Amino acid sequence: MSTVIERVRAALAAGERISDADALALFESDDLLAIGALAAQVNRRKNGERVFFNVNRHINYTNICVNQCRFCAFAREAGDPTGYAYHLDQILRKAAEAQAAGATELHLVGGLHPELPFEFYLRMMATLKANFPQLSIKAFTAVEIDYFARLADLPVEQVIRELKRLGLDSTPGGGAEILGETVRRQICPEKISGERWLEVTEKLHQAGLKSNATMLFGHVEGYADRVDHLARLRALQDRTGGFQAFIPLAFQPDNTRIPEARGPGGIDCLKTLAISRIYLDNFDHIKAYWIMLGLKVAQVALAFGVNDLDGTVVEEKIGHDAGADSPQALSKDEIIRQIQAAGKIAVERDTHYQPLRVYPAPAENADAQTD
Amino acid sequence: MLRRIEDKLAQGQSLAGEDALWLLQRADLLELGRLADAERLRRHPAGEVSFVVDRNVNYSNVCTCKCRFCAFYREEGAADAYLLDEATIFAKVQELVDHGGTQLLMQGGIHPTLRIDWFERLFRQLRQRFPTVQIHSLSPAEIVQIARLSQLSLEDCLRRLRAAGLQSIPGGGAEVLDDAVRQAISPNKISWKLWAEVMATAHRLGMQTTATLMFGSLETPHQLVQHLLRVREMQRQGGGFTAFISWSYQPNNTELGAELGAGGATGTDYLRVVALSRLVLDNIPNIQASWVTQGAKMAQIALRFGANDLGGTMLEENVVAATGVSFRMSQAELIELARDAGFIPVRRTTDYRVLERYPAPL
Repeated sequence: MSTVIERVRAALAAGERISDADALALFESDDLLAIGALAAQVNRRKNGERVFFNVNRHINYTNICVNQCRFCAFAREAGDPTGYAYHLDQILRKAAEAQAAGATELHLVGGLHPELPFEFYLRMMATLKANFPQLSIKAFTAVEIDYFARLADLPVEQVIRELKRLGLDSTPGGGAEILGETVRRQICPEKISGERWLEVTEKLHQAGLKSNATMLFGHVEGYADRVDHLARLRALQDRTGGFQAFIPLAFQPDNTRIPEARGPGGIDCLKTLAISRIYLDNFDHIKAYWIMLGLKVAQVALAFGVNDLDGTVVEEKIGHDAGADSPQALSKDEIIRQIQAAGKIAVERDTHYQPLRVYPAPAENADAQTD
Repeated sequence: MLRRIEDKLAQGQSLAGEDALWLLQRADLLELGRLADAERLRRHPAGEVSFVVDRNVNYSNVCTCKCRFCAFYREEGAADAYLLDEATIFAKVQELVDHGGTQLLMQGGIHPTLRIDWFERLFRQLRQRFPTVQIHSLSPAEIVQIARLSQLSLEDCLRRLRAAGLQSIPGGGAEVLDDAVRQAISPNKISWKLWAEVMATAHRLGMQTTATLMFGSLETPHQLVQHLLRVREMQRQGGGFTAFISWSYQPNNTELGAELGAGGATGTDYLRVVALSRLVLDNIPNIQASWVTQGAKMAQIALRFGANDLGGTMLEENVVAATGVSFRMSQAELIELARDAGFIPVRRTTDYRVLERYPAPL
């Protein structure tokens, strides 16, 4: 038995958090199943056998972006014939479809559009809230919030206050990528710094908005960069408690400008989810984003410490432009079936992890005879 | 129960049906994986993961079987029905040789008219033109059909095919070795006993074969376990199975899928079956992970759930692709996949002799 597994087991038994050095040693270990077992134990203590999902719809309102992140296959420059920006009525139509399909949440993120004024986003919030008061609006990464502040020449705090006043309920946590500057300079040189991402996120939390935190992994970063990323998130969560879920995003290499990167293997995906569960002791939820992991791996991850299988999604563009071979949407029945097949209890949640409905596993198959 | 099973494994005893059923349905997934990983390590202590450079050539999609889970077959006379001519087949095998390939997996439908002379002529020419390529071809259902059409006994049919150049037989068409399941999913395909008889005959003649399982359609857990026990028993009776390969039924574009709806086996279902096959089949050395049906990520994970082989590079694959599932892997990607999982990748022959090792770059 490798010593890091023993050390981590002892730390967990004593109720202590694990060190950065041990997190790094876990990443370097090949003992996938032992790491998974530790993560499953941590998760069981926090969440029992329950696995959350929600019924949501993604709306990527524009793919035109002033940043040209090298890992992104979604962004277009202004003037590109494949660039698009939805009009407000298109956004409303998609929101209406979502509501009719039983969605409880809209997930709105887009590129940093060079021309749309801050008023457009304010109007988007106000109109969505007025027309769909029951839908929770999860919108805008910290990168977009910072961009709006610069667009409107307003303090970030005021941007957040106005969006919140008009209807913003929570924020999704994208744009974190890898927070360390060395990696950031390589993969997304135009994007706000990791420090700034944390600053804006802290202000969101201070304003009473919950957010998630993501990590894009499996490109040029090393394990130490991942641990550093996790350490910064854990430290911020200690101060604010504003993060709901941590969502590692498996890099998809197709159509991106990091041709040398292959994206993480299946084992790396499971290890990363499991180590996140062990290390981020102050996060309640670890989410397997099936769009980028693939549905099979995401479902297996439920045995490796994950307690959230994301949502039904509908019309996701960002991961699919980068070659994700997952479906565009999952039906609610299919998500429930996937969770139950992992031996877990499926729980439909709202944006803030309040249970809406519980789907216990069906009665055991009676075919238990044997010869 | 877990302790009892661990004790049996430690003492080298074979697992019973009830042990297998418990592992499949009740065991914690990671515990099951841990047992299978330990067993894999015991059988393959060097930490090597193997693959073969191969290609499928599907000489015809005309098939009288019309299995309800299949999206590949066509009826004779259909607009997109085909039978490859020899020149086309030779060109495909030449391409395989150009890629350093050593294994030809030729399979077709259960063709209504092709007799043994068609295959003999083809195999003789293949052996002569491509002596470095092992002809690993024709599943049991095809061999039964060739024997019937040619009015030969199974043994005579196999002897003649072997004399013409057929060296080993892939284990396809086993589906689930249970006639009730077969009746429901592939009513026109040979019975499980006939499948077993072809394999036993081939083994008796000294030909190696593999065995497969297609799970996740209509079988019960009990029938799945029974399949493994039947394969193990055949191996005990002097069998020559080199490897066991399980894959999950792929529902798209199939008659069965239209009836049952999409869905099919989940990721955890697949890993349970891989791990269980490693533990139950204690007399079959190699367990393959199926990246063709599960994708590269799941195949890599399966290497920690008892699998020690990644099958072939599959320069061409048509049958799974007909269900809309189309994963591609280059040899370099297979090597990286195994290496990233902490194994030493090795390129092998059809009969699992190592041709080349790819140790980690210094």
